[in-house]
Amino acid sequence: MNWFLNHIDLIVEKTGQHLVISLLPVLFGLIISLPLGWLAGRNPIARAVLIPVSALLYTIPSLAMFVFLPLILGTQIIDPVNVIVALTIYTVSLLVRAIADALSVVDASILAAATAMGYRPARRFLAVELPLAVPVLISNLRVATVSNISLATVGSVIGIEGLGKLFSEGFQRQNLDEIVTGVVLVVVLALIIDLVLQLVGRAITPWTRTAVKS
Amino acid sequence: MIEFRSVTKRFAGGSVAVDNLNLTVEDGSFTVFVGPSGCGKTTSLRMINRMLDPSEGKILIDGKDVHEGDPARLRLGIGYVIQHAGLFPHRTVLDNIATVPRLAGWTKAKARSRAGELLELVGLDASMAKRYPAQLSGGQQQRVGVARALAADPPILLMDEPFSAVDPVVREGLQDELLRLQSELDKTIVFVTHDIDEAIKLGEKVAVFRVGGVLAQYAEPAELLARPADDFVAGFVGRDRGYRALGFLPASQLPVGELATIIEGATIAQTRAVLHDGWAVVVDRNGKPIGWAEESRLHGQDPAATLSEDLLHAGGSLYQADGGNLRSALDAALSSPSGRGVAVDADGAVTGAVLADDVLAALARARNDGEVRS
Ligand SMILES: Nc1ncnc2c1ncn2[C@@H]1O[C@H](COP(=O)(O)OP(=O)(O)OP(=O)(O)O)[C@@H](O)[C@H]1O
Ligand SMILES: [Mg+2]
Repeated sequence: MNWFLNHIDLIVEKTGQHLVISLLPVLFGLIISLPLGWLAGRNPIARAVLIPVSALLYTIPSLAMFVFLPLILGTQIIDPVNVIVALTIYTVSLLVRAIADALSVVDASILAAATAMGYRPARRFLAVELPLAVPVLISNLRVATVSNISLATVGSVIGIEGLGKLFSEGFQRQNLDEIVTGVVLVVVLALIIDLVLQLVGRAITPWTRTAVKS
Repeated sequence: MIEFRSVTKRFAGGSVAVDNLNLTVEDGSFTVFVGPSGCGKTTSLRMINRMLDPSEGKILIDGKDVHEGDPARLRLGIGYVIQHAGLFPHRTVLDNIATVPRLAGWTKAKARSRAGELLELVGLDASMAKRYPAQLSGGQQQRVGVARALAADPPILLMDEPFSAVDPVVREGLQDELLRLQSELDKTIVFVTHDIDEAIKLGEKVAVFRVGGVLAQYAEPAELLARPADDFVAGFVGRDRGYRALGFLPASQLPVGELATIIEGATIAQTRAVLHDGWAVVVDRNGKPIGWAEESRLHGQDPAATLSEDLLHAGGSLYQADGGNLRSALDAALSSPSGRGVAVDADGAVTGAVLADDVLAALARARNDGEVRS
C-alpha cells in the first residue's frame, strides 16, 4: 500500500499508457470490422474467406505477433505501434464474425420494409441494421476490450510501456507490492471499462427494455 | 395509372411466379389482388416498386417505365405496408412515421409534426407517439404502418396482407378505417389478400390470380360474383356467392309491406288492438324499433298494465329501404322473430316490413335479367 501511495504519478502514467494501447485498437478494430462484417454478412463467398481467416488470426500467440510485426511494419521493437497493430488484429478477428452474425439476426422483413421506403443500402446499414445489431455488438465489444486490456500487459516483456511494466519491473526488482498493484489495476481497469460499455449499450438501446404491450 | 404489360417473373430454378400479366390499375382506384397462396400476388406487387424486377415485360407508372431511373427515388413516392407492419423496433412510433419524410429531405421538426398529424389521421392517441412498436397491440402497429406509408403523401399505396395477422374484429375496424381514409385521400391503392371477403369488401376492382401466376379474372366485385369467368373463380369466390351477390343489388326494388307498430309505454290492451297476424313492432318516440310484441305473450296479462320490455322478443337486424341492399334485407327477414324484416329510413325509423319470399323473388328476377349468375 505504501508503494502504491508513493508512486501515484507513475501509476497514473502507466494506466494512461495502458488505456491508449488497449482501447485505440478497439476503436480501429471496430472501424475495420464493420465493413468486413457487413460484407461477410451479405456475401457467402466473402463470408467463406473472412470468417476462417479472422478466426485464424486470433490463434497467433501475442508475443510472436509483437516480435514479428516490427519486421513487417519496419518499426522499432519497443514502438507501441506494434502493440496497437497487434491488438487491432485481435479485435478484428473477434468482431468480424460477431458483426456478421449480429447483422444476420436482423429481421429480413424489417430490412425489406426499409428498402421499400426508399433507403439506399449504405444509409439503411447505418440507420437500421447497425442500431438493431447494437445489443449483440456491444457484448462482443466488451469481450474484445477486456481481452485487449489483458493482452496489452504482454507488451511489457519486450519493453512496451503500460501497466504490464509494473509487474515485469516489479519481478526484476523483486517488489511484491509493485506486482500486486499492477495485477489489481489491470483487473479493476477491465471491470470499469466493461461496466462503462455495458452502460453505454443500455443507454443507446432504450427500445430493448420496453414492456410488451400496454 | 399502373400498367402491367406482358409481365412474367421467373425465379432462379425456373419456377414461374407471374405468367404474362396484363393489367391496368386506374388512378385513384382501390384494386385488390386475391388468390390462393403462392399464386404470385406478392411477387406482382413487389415488381411495382422494384423490390423485384420482371423477367419479361414491363411495368409503367403514369406511362413511364419504372425500370428507368433510380429505385430509391421511385420508392419514396410509393407507400408500402406489410403484414406485422414491419415497423422499426428501435424507433419510437413518431419517428417510425417520420421515416419517409426524413428520407425525402424534410427537417426533423417538420417531419415530426407531419407524423403527429398522421397519428391522428389513423385514429391513434397522441400519447402513443413516444412509445416503441413493441409497446403497441397488433392492430395499433398496423395503424402505425399505414401512417408511415402515408407520411410523405405518396400517390400510390401498396399493401401486402396488411391485416391478416390481426384478429377478425380488429381487422374489420381496420378495413372500415382504410375505406374512410381512401374516401378522403383518393390514393391509388393496390392491396394483396388471400381472403375473398376482404377483397370484395375493399376492392373497387378485384384481380383473381390462380396458382402459376395467371390472372383468372379482373373485374368489379359485383361482376365477379355475378359472372365468374370460369370454374376456378366460381369456386374461389365461393358457393355462397349468390347470397353475397345480393349485397350488390339495391333494396329499393323490394315491395315494403304494412307493419303494425305501437309506441313504447302503451298498455297491453292498446298493443293487442293493433297486432297484425299476432305481431307488432314496439317503437320509441323517434320511431326506432325496440322489439316485437306477440299475441301469445300478451294473452292473459292485465289489459290495463303498461307493456313492459321483458314481454318483448328481441328484434332481428334492420335494413335501409333506400340505400340498403338485398343481402341486408334478407338478413333482416331471416333474423326477425315474426318473419317480417324491418325496413327503416336513413334516421333509423321504421317504415315497413319485407318478407324473405319477396327478397328471393327479387333475386330470381335479377337472375333472369342476368344481373346474377345462377
Ligand atoms: N425469392 C424467391 N425465390 C424463388 N421462388 C420464389 C421467391 N419468391 C416467391 N417465389 C415463388 O413464387 C411463387 C409466388 O410467390 P408469391 O410470394 O408471389 O405468392 P403469394 O401469392 O404472395 O402467396 P402468399 O399468399 O402465400 O403470400 C411461389 O411459388 C413462391 O414459392
Ligand atoms: Mg404473399
